[in-house]
Amino acid sequence: MAMKGAIVVDRERCKGCGVCMVNCPVQVIGLTKEVNAKGYPICYMANPEECTGCTNCATVCPDSVITVYRVKV
Amino acid sequence: MDVKDIIKPENKVYGKCPVMTEKVLHYCPGCSHGTIHKLLAEVIDEMNIQDKTIAVSPVGCSVFAYNYIDIDWQQAAHGRACALATGVKRLCPDKYVFTYQGDGDLAAIGTAETIHACNRGENIVVILVNNAIYGMTGGQMSPLTLEGQVTSTTPYGRKIELNGYPLKITNLAAQLDGTCYVTRQSVQNAAAVRRTKKAIRKAFENSAQKKGTSLIEVVSSCNSGWKLSPIGANKWMEDNLFPFYPLGDLKDK
Amino acid sequence: MAEKLLMKGNEAIAIAAIRCGCDGYFGYPITPQSEVMETLMEEKPWETTGMVVLQAESEVASINMLYGGAACGKKVMTSSSSPGISLMCEGFSYMAGAELPCLVANVVRGGPGLGSIQASQADYFQAVKGGGHGDYQLIVLAPNSVQEMYDFVDLGFELAFKYRNPALILTDGVIGQMMEKVELRPEKPRWTDEEIIKLHGSWATTGKTKDRPQHAVTSLALESAVLEKFNLKLIEKYKQLNELEVRFEKINCDDADYLIIAYGSASRVCEKAVELARNEGIKVGLLRPITLYPFPTKAIQDMVKQLKAIITVEMSAGQMVQDVRLAVNGAIPVEYFGRLGGIIPTPEEVVVALKNIIK
Repeated sequence: MAMKGAIVVDRERCKGCGVCMVNCPVQVIGLTKEVNAKGYPICYMANPEECTGCTNCATVCPDSVITVYRVKV
Repeated sequence: MDVKDIIKPENKVYGKCPVMTEKVLHYCPGCSHGTIHKLLAEVIDEMNIQDKTIAVSPVGCSVFAYNYIDIDWQQAAHGRACALATGVKRLCPDKYVFTYQGDGDLAAIGTAETIHACNRGENIVVILVNNAIYGMTGGQMSPLTLEGQVTSTTPYGRKIELNGYPLKITNLAAQLDGTCYVTRQSVQNAAAVRRTKKAIRKAFENSAQKKGTSLIEVVSSCNSGWKLSPIGANKWMEDNLFPFYPLGDLKDK
Repeated sequence: MAEKLLMKGNEAIAIAAIRCGCDGYFGYPITPQSEVMETLMEEKPWETTGMVVLQAESEVASINMLYGGAACGKKVMTSSSSPGISLMCEGFSYMAGAELPCLVANVVRGGPGLGSIQASQADYFQAVKGGGHGDYQLIVLAPNSVQEMYDFVDLGFELAFKYRNPALILTDGVIGQMMEKVELRPEKPRWTDEEIIKLHGSWATTGKTKDRPQHAVTSLALESAVLEKFNLKLIEKYKQLNELEVRFEKINCDDADYLIIAYGSASRVCEKAVELARNEGIKVGLLRPITLYPFPTKAIQDMVKQLKAIITVEMSAGQMVQDVRLAVNGAIPVEYFGRLGGIIPTPEEVVVALKNIIK
């Protein structure tokens, strides 16, 4: 059974540090070109189809901006 | 499957801990403090001890820790957190008491308070965030700064003949009979974060069992103090701090 | 009949602490006050009232253990002597800044530096003008008998909690070491957890429950406007103290032409000096400040019209005399007589000094 996941990012709280990005085992996450009100780029699912909902990104996020959802498919 | 079908409340597997407040953390992007705060909040939430926990914040970047973890806090003078925690725990023995301190706070100005609280075996948890630098005051040398490490007060690198040796305070604490659990952890990747959380949980359980002092050193990054990117700082930490401050349990009794 | 016991001043502090419901004592040994902690350890109050007694690694640690306890709404105290009090000044400032109540006894010895272990009043400035950094005041009580050493423990706690401010008993080696009869007051039980929440639940760190917001006890206010507002609040608190809590004693003042002002053990010497001078026909009275902060400024001002001169008698180089001069504001001469280095002035010396200002 495979897992399918997705993340939701609190865009205004994200500081674009990229720690989630390098911790994603399947390279789902990228950083936006545009910035939020604080001037930071925002992490987002660049390859959403690859996400397994492993929670690594949210686990390492220092600012608790990532919520992870997961379903069995 | 469409992303919209996945993002439903019943499918949520990880989110912001309810014991964290809504305030935006003032820390620099990628700073380890936020991750460690979150782990403490998660452990407090999972143990259901929000109303039984009293924490002591230091002087340093985490002076405002009380803005982020939604429990009762006392803010200490520089270095004195373990003395405050002693007062709290002795007078409120049923409470979970932890201090949250940086390496400058705990291992320079607060060495005496730290060592003696550990030596008395106070049933408290001491969290040492070691980023080998004074972050808040602008990146000066701390006792835990590495040999050769450039800081604003060691612009040509820390020199042993001038500044002495980096202080392995955690090893020192492990030698004391009053400590029951001394460990060195980190939070730069998911596995490390999960190990640190386990360590925090164990430390809180130790104080409930009156086993003595638990000290958790979290080897951390200070990307702005080190003048590196958040990811570059984590890499530098792995390459330079980990060899000198190796991760793992130093004591578990 | 209330029970009366013969005891040392330092012992009286310890016994009073146990009997007035103190929750914790944290201290570090230093002469001439070590009997306070020794008596507490001997009495083992943790087996009776549940009071905690802990020997800390330093005075710095002691005062910060007080911070921790006080922030939980507990009645906490320490005692020390001059050099140890210097170390505690950081803590006083933080506790005043965090509006935390506590009780500290300074059994003063001669200074500066390591000085001597003999009685002195040279820490007056440190006690009433701050000691630590920032705009703050301690509530300062000056006992002149062993009975007052006992009574001011309870009074000190009462004022400390009423104003949420550290209170200091400023005494010295003479009163700390001398033995007198003490009438024991009725015992007060320690506050229960429920009482603490009822009395101090609006600010103390008693554990954040669902029905109230988090409590963060801190003296930090990075925004200038916020800190100014807080400083104004403190000023208001000190104003209240000056209006409501001034305590002093007057002896033979009704017809006095001259006034001696002295506190603590110096006031005991001056009581005798007044008697000797009156035997020689000199109309002199004694005003003894019991609270050194708030200072009995108005009581002194009220007497200025009837007086020709004032002399302060102090076991210091002349510290309180400055506050008396401020009160009198040049209306009449204000002189000082004192002995230093741990020497206690004799009543005869005081009379000579008094005659010198009359000349």
